[in-house]
Amino acid sequence: MNSFDNAGRLGRRGLLQGAAALGGGALLPGAAQAQDFAGRTIEYVIPFAEAGGSDVWARFMAPYISKHLPGRPNVIVRNVPGGGSITGTNSFFQRARPDGLSFIGTSGSTQFPYLLGDPRVRYDYTKMIPFLVSPTGGVVYVPKSLGITGARDIAKLRDRELIYGSQGATSLDLVPMLAFLLLGLNVRFVFGMRGRGEARLALMRGEITIDYQTSAAYLTQVVPMVQSGDVVPLFSWGQLDEAGNVERDPTFPDLPHFVEAFEMVNGQKPSGVQFDAYMAFFGSGFAAQKPALLPPNTPANIVAVYRKALIDAVADPELQAAKGDILGEYRQAVGDRIGRLYEVATTIQPAARDWVRNYLTTTHNVRF
Amino acid sequence: MIDLLFATLANLLTVQHMGFMVVGVALGLVIGVLPGVGGIAGLSLLLPFLYGMDETSALAMLIGLLAIVPTADTFTSILMGIPGSSASQATVLDGFPLARQGQAARALSAAFAASLIGGLFGALILTFSVLIAAPIILSFGSAELFMLTLFGLSMVGVLSGANILKGVASASLGLAFGLVGASPATSEPRMDFNALYLIDGIPLVTVALGIFALPEVLDLLRSGGSISQGAPLGRGWFTGVRDTLKNFWLTIRCSGIGALIGAIPGIGGSVVDWIAYGHVVQTAKDKSQFGKGDIRGVIAPESANNATQGGALLPTLLFGIPGSGSMAIFLAAMILLGLQPGPGMAKENLGTTYTIIWSLAIANVIGTAMCIALAPGIARLTAVRYPLIAPFMIMVICFAAFQATRDLYDLVALLVMGLVGIFMRRFGWSRPAFLIGFVLALGGERYLYQAVQFYGWDFLTRPLVLVIGAITVVSLWAGLRRPVGGGKQIETEGPADVAHARVLWPQMAFCLVLLGGFAFTFQQGLQVSFLARIFPVAVGIVGGLATLIILVQQARGPIAAGNANFDSEANATDGGPWRYLAWFVGFIGVVALIGFFAALIAFFIAFLRIVARASWPLTLALTAAAATLMLVMSHMLTLVFPGGVLQAYFDLPWPFR
Repeated sequence: MNSFDNAGRLGRRGLLQGAAALGGGALLPGAAQAQDFAGRTIEYVIPFAEAGGSDVWARFMAPYISKHLPGRPNVIVRNVPGGGSITGTNSFFQRARPDGLSFIGTSGSTQFPYLLGDPRVRYDYTKMIPFLVSPTGGVVYVPKSLGITGARDIAKLRDRELIYGSQGATSLDLVPMLAFLLLGLNVRFVFGMRGRGEARLALMRGEITIDYQTSAAYLTQVVPMVQSGDVVPLFSWGQLDEAGNVERDPTFPDLPHFVEAFEMVNGQKPSGVQFDAYMAFFGSGFAAQKPALLPPNTPANIVAVYRKALIDAVADPELQAAKGDILGEYRQAVGDRIGRLYEVATTIQPAARDWVRNYLTTTHNVRF
Repeated sequence: MIDLLFATLANLLTVQHMGFMVVGVALGLVIGVLPGVGGIAGLSLLLPFLYGMDETSALAMLIGLLAIVPTADTFTSILMGIPGSSASQATVLDGFPLARQGQAARALSAAFAASLIGGLFGALILTFSVLIAAPIILSFGSAELFMLTLFGLSMVGVLSGANILKGVASASLGLAFGLVGASPATSEPRMDFNALYLIDGIPLVTVALGIFALPEVLDLLRSGGSISQGAPLGRGWFTGVRDTLKNFWLTIRCSGIGALIGAIPGIGGSVVDWIAYGHVVQTAKDKSQFGKGDIRGVIAPESANNATQGGALLPTLLFGIPGSGSMAIFLAAMILLGLQPGPGMAKENLGTTYTIIWSLAIANVIGTAMCIALAPGIARLTAVRYPLIAPFMIMVICFAAFQATRDLYDLVALLVMGLVGIFMRRFGWSRPAFLIGFVLALGGERYLYQAVQFYGWDFLTRPLVLVIGAITVVSLWAGLRRPVGGGKQIETEGPADVAHARVLWPQMAFCLVLLGGFAFTFQQGLQVSFLARIFPVAVGIVGGLATLIILVQQARGPIAAGNANFDSEANATDGGPWRYLAWFVGFIGVVALIGFFAALIAFFIAFLRIVARASWPLTLALTAAAATLMLVMSHMLTLVFPGGVLQAYFDLPWPFR
């Protein structure tokens, strides 16, 4: 229905061409001049509604992508919401033309149904071509009243029931669910939260007893509570290095990451099918949460132009000065750094997938 | 604090900052006047321009837009009977009858005066409460929020019209529609027919426009002539202001309700107007004119919905939790400006907060002045032959509806909700009750589930829960008691005495369809796991029983059925709204074939020539105006119009693709 073709759109020019097409019945040629986008409009498709993390990310990046693409094209954000981001991504995957005039920015909520094998998913991450991967992070914390001082004491939490406010079993909160399971914690999940903010308020009210916040919200909302002695941070989710290993979050260099916390508790590194599953969803939900992708079969020269543009954009001092909490301290993956990160975030071993699906079905009645 | 308060004012009062505010207010005025297009779309329009703007200018512009929308949306609510946005649905109930009596000017000026007072009150509340509000907001947990949804539902008692059972059944029907999609407790899909479109639920805008606007457009077309029915526009500009001042205490009470409900994240601005409306009906001594054109029915929701903005800013600024859809976009805009909301907004960033508050106050004053200046011109539309206005209304309603997912399904959903609205209106089923049920469905289910998870059923004994429970009981009592001397209930769907039908089968058929719907809700409830089951099963049982009793009453015959017998088409001789509905269905059908933009042009020309019998020059001029408006709006919102079969096969240039 919606085609993502971009030929001759916007403004008076678009109108005139529209009129011409109506009159003569002529269809415009869609192929763009690959290397130079001067005077063109490029669509940055966001399969989510306005506001929200992905939209803010796209609106922040758009002017810098525009600035560093040859010919300084006009980059506009087009929101195609609905179906929990599956609708817009399906449509893009099936219809977008590989002419460099449209690309899509997806998020963990788009990757998760793909990793879980949701039958409504029509897109294939192995066919789309990434040219930017934006990581994000978060910190798990608990109220001080639980009587522990940090990750070292996590084992002490095992003999009591903790409560976590979740946005849904197959949402991004799947990552904490798997993490708590690996740590051997007994956590009851209360669903129906409409954002991490609501869960944080519930923790402040004493209704829930374990929570995580993404980095920006942690810094502004939770750090004051850490300073006043109301809550205790346990661990960050961490980041992925070039080789795909978990490393500490640059925003929180003093906090252990999840794998370190696991080692503190168990004295050994995590492994096995549960950990494989965790890594896929952790990568997809945090360390490589937001990839920007060109449509399948985009010619190599256009891909190269985009990759180069993003290397320049991320190095742009103006972007670095303005990034604030939107990109945070996270190293944006561009160029050669994309490969391994993207792979972790968009692949899952069949055994791990089967295990997660089975787990979600038996414990949370999720049907696939 | 006082120093800072005035320092921020001085900073705001520069030519540049005020200029940006006026831009925001002017845009908000246009957005507010267009029915169904509210603050969400308006703020989205501004997002691309934030890049590179200084903080004060940007905040002034954004708040300027936010502040004016609940004032400007009054125009269509009063003049056209179409809710201008979800914040002024209740204004329709009395505002539109006033316009039809030729008192549009009085209703508008009363509404603007009430909006101004409400807006300033909201800003005042925000000024003082930003320092102390955090614990108050925190005291409203899931248990308290569940009780607030019950309180909202208690308004059904006031708004159910002549027959309370129909009110209960209408609210249940609204709840049932609200439950469509993923359950908040378990994310399991219910009543979704395996359609991806329905997984996020039916959008509120689509429901409000389908239920209220579409039936109104069709009805006005049938009655022919103009909206003001040839009556003079009325000069009551000062009467309206006097009405508001005479009810100053009511205005303040409703502003307080608006600010409070707005400040509690989770209930949302879309029920505030109904709660304020319910409040004025409950507390009024003479209820006989409500629903027929009581000016207090305009003043109450309009003061409340402007005050909501000030209240809703509290959780947005202090906790980063948006109290409404437009606040979510405002939050995103703040982050794009490099402002991270949090406790700091009441401490080191207090200056920013005060800039926002001053902007809110000043924008309310500027906005009200602009609305008053424009009102005489806009009010003249009510004297225009309605067939010339109708295609514009249908265009804007469709445009507003497909904001939701930008897909043809949005228009289909609009049509389905429109059909529900047409029959509810015809058979005297309260549409306000339906809407309240719809808006509160997911919240009610979510908070009940969370409260039980957090506290068990003991949540019912929490102190604040008991207080809200007591208020709810009082509210129910005030709504249901019959006035001394045998006065009548308010009639939200028109006078019952003229709608007695001799032939009852159409009403009974509608009841049977609803029974089937409630049975489906019940059956779908049984399909899902326990936590997602409670609400649909309960709604199915309550709604089904109420409908069954109505059906039994109707089966006893036209007279014995009493006020269960209601058919506003009983004495109609023109064949009903179907002829005009066919135009609308045809339009959507053509959209499905050739896409929205081309279909719109064809629809305009055909409708204006055949129905409105306009001359060719007028037809072409109006069509061109409509096309231009759509192009400008969609260009600014970077929209692609819903496409049809044609677009699936051919790549057409924008705007036809």
